[in-house]
Amino acid sequence: MVEIVVENLYFKYPEASDYVLKNINLRIGEGESVAILGENGAGKTTLAKNLNGLLKPVEGSVKIDGVDTRSLSVAKMARRIGFVNHNPEHQFFAETVEDEVRFGLRNFGFPEEEIERSVQEALGSFGLEEYRRKNPFQLSGGEKKRLAIASIMVWHPEALIIDEPTIGMDYAQRLNIQGILRNLVSENRSIIVITHDVDFAANICRRAIVLSRGEIIGDGVLRKLLSDRELVERASLKKPFLVELEEELGLSGLEENFDGLSSILTRFFQKCRS
Amino acid sequence: MSNINLRVEEGEALLITGPSGCGKSTLARILMGLIPHSYPGELEGEAYVFGMNVKETPVSRIATCCGMVFQNPENQLFTFSVEDDVAFGPENLALPPDEINRRIDEALRLVGIEHLRHSSPNNLSGGEQQKAAIASILAMQPSLIVFDEPTSMLDPSSSASLIQRIFDLKKSIEETGRRTTIIIVEHRIDLLLKHISRMVVVSDGSIILDGDPMRVLEESFKRSIPINIPPPLQIYFRIKDRCGLKNPPGTVKELIASLGVGE
Repeated sequence: MVEIVVENLYFKYPEASDYVLKNINLRIGEGESVAILGENGAGKTTLAKNLNGLLKPVEGSVKIDGVDTRSLSVAKMARRIGFVNHNPEHQFFAETVEDEVRFGLRNFGFPEEEIERSVQEALGSFGLEEYRRKNPFQLSGGEKKRLAIASIMVWHPEALIIDEPTIGMDYAQRLNIQGILRNLVSENRSIIVITHDVDFAANICRRAIVLSRGEIIGDGVLRKLLSDRELVERASLKKPFLVELEEELGLSGLEENFDGLSSILTRFFQKCRS
Repeated sequence: MSNINLRVEEGEALLITGPSGCGKSTLARILMGLIPHSYPGELEGEAYVFGMNVKETPVSRIATCCGMVFQNPENQLFTFSVEDDVAFGPENLALPPDEINRRIDEALRLVGIEHLRHSSPNNLSGGEQQKAAIASILAMQPSLIVFDEPTSMLDPSSSASLIQRIFDLKKSIEETGRRTTIIIVEHRIDLLLKHISRMVVVSDGSIILDGDPMRVLEESFKRSIPINIPPPLQIYFRIKDRCGLKNPPGTVKELIASLGVGE
C-alpha cells in the first residue's frame, strides 16, 4: 500500500505569477480516507495532481513511499495511484465504453482472460453494461462520470484520487459510489476525495484537509473540522447534514467515526430519557 | 425521450430533475434547438420556443432570445480571456460597445469573478470556468435561460449565492416590465426549492411528475424515485402524519423547531 509525504510544497503554473499552492505539508498513510475540501480555486485539484505526480512541485517535495515524484514516471505512478479527473471527457479516447474500461488493463499488460473478467465486473458494478458498445461521448453527464471511475478502478490501484465524484450523480448512484469507496477503505486502500459535497465526504472520509487560497487551513478529523463555524465559512463550505442535526439536537462530543441518522436519533432519545 | 408534452409559461421558474441518464439534458437541448440542428438523432413531434418551431428555426435565431449554460463549461468557453468570452454574445447581438462593457461588468459581478476578467479560461479551476460560462449567458440578457447543472462544480457557498443572484436578477428584470423564464436542470434540489414555482421529474425519457415542487417531492419520496430530496424533507415526509407536522422545513433548524425538540 502507498504512503504519500508532502514537504514544503509550493506550486505555480508556467507563466503564472502567483503560487497556487503554498507551503503544503502533509502525510497520507496507508489505508487513509481523506477529503480535500475548500472554496473554488483554492488549489484542491492542483494539490491532487501533485500527489500522483501529474504535476511536479516548483519547490519542496512529494514523496511516494519515500521516492520523490520528480524521479518517477507518470505511468509508473498511475498503476499504483489512480486518478479520476473531475471532467470525465478529459479521460476518454476509446470509441466504445468497453474499450475505455479495457484500455488501462491492456496498457499494464494484464492477461487477456483477466482483462475480460475485470471489464465485465466493472461494467456491472457501475451500471454500464447496457452501454458497453456506445461511444463514451454519447453518454449523459452522470454516465460519463461512472465510466471515468470504472475505467480507473478496474485495475484496483493501491490508492485512488477522485476529483468531484458526485457531479451529475442521482441519489441512487451517489449511494452506489459511496458503497464502492467504502469497500476500498475497508480493503485498506487509500482514498483521496476532492469534493464540495460535504455529506458525501462525511460518509466516506475520516480525515479532511481544508484548503483556502492555496494554503492548508485545517487538517484533522472531518467531523470535528466541519463543526468549526469559522473554518467552514472561511473555506466556503457547509456543515454535513448529520453534523448540523447533532448540533441542533444538542448532542455534544462528536465521535470520530461517522454514524448514521438512526444512531443520532437513538442518542437523542437516550439523552431525553436521562 | 418519448411522448413529451410540456408547456412552460413566460416568467416561470422550472426545475427539471430525475435520475442520471433519464434525458434531462436532451430535453434542454431540444428547447434550444440544438436538437435537431447540432446533434444527430430522430425528433418527432414539435417544440416551440416563443412561437418559433425549433425544427425550422436556425439555432442562431433562437439564441438571440434564449441562452443555455452547458453542463460542461469547457464546451462553452473558447476565447483567450474571460472578458472576451463574456463579450462574445453581446457582440453577436450587435450591441454598442458601451452597452457591451456595462453588461460584462454586471455579469462578472453577478457571478463574483470580476478579478478573473483578464484571465485565460484555460487557467481557471472547474468552478471558476462554470462561473465564467454562466456570466457569458447572463450578459446576453436572454428571455429564456436554460441552465444544465449550473452549480455542479461550485462550492456550497458559491452555489447558494449564485442561485440567489440569478433569481434576484430575474426579479429586477421583471420590475422593468420584462419577463425572464428560467429552466434549470439540477440534481441539487435543496438549493432551488425556495426559488422555483414548478418541478418536473423525468425518468427513462418520460415526464413522470409535473407540478408544485413540494407535492412532486412528496410523491417522489413515496414512490422511491432516486432524486436528491433534501434530508430534512425526507424526515418530514416520513413523520409528518405521525407527528402532526404542518409546514415542510427548509433547514435542519426548522425541522427541529417544528418537532419541538432540541436544546
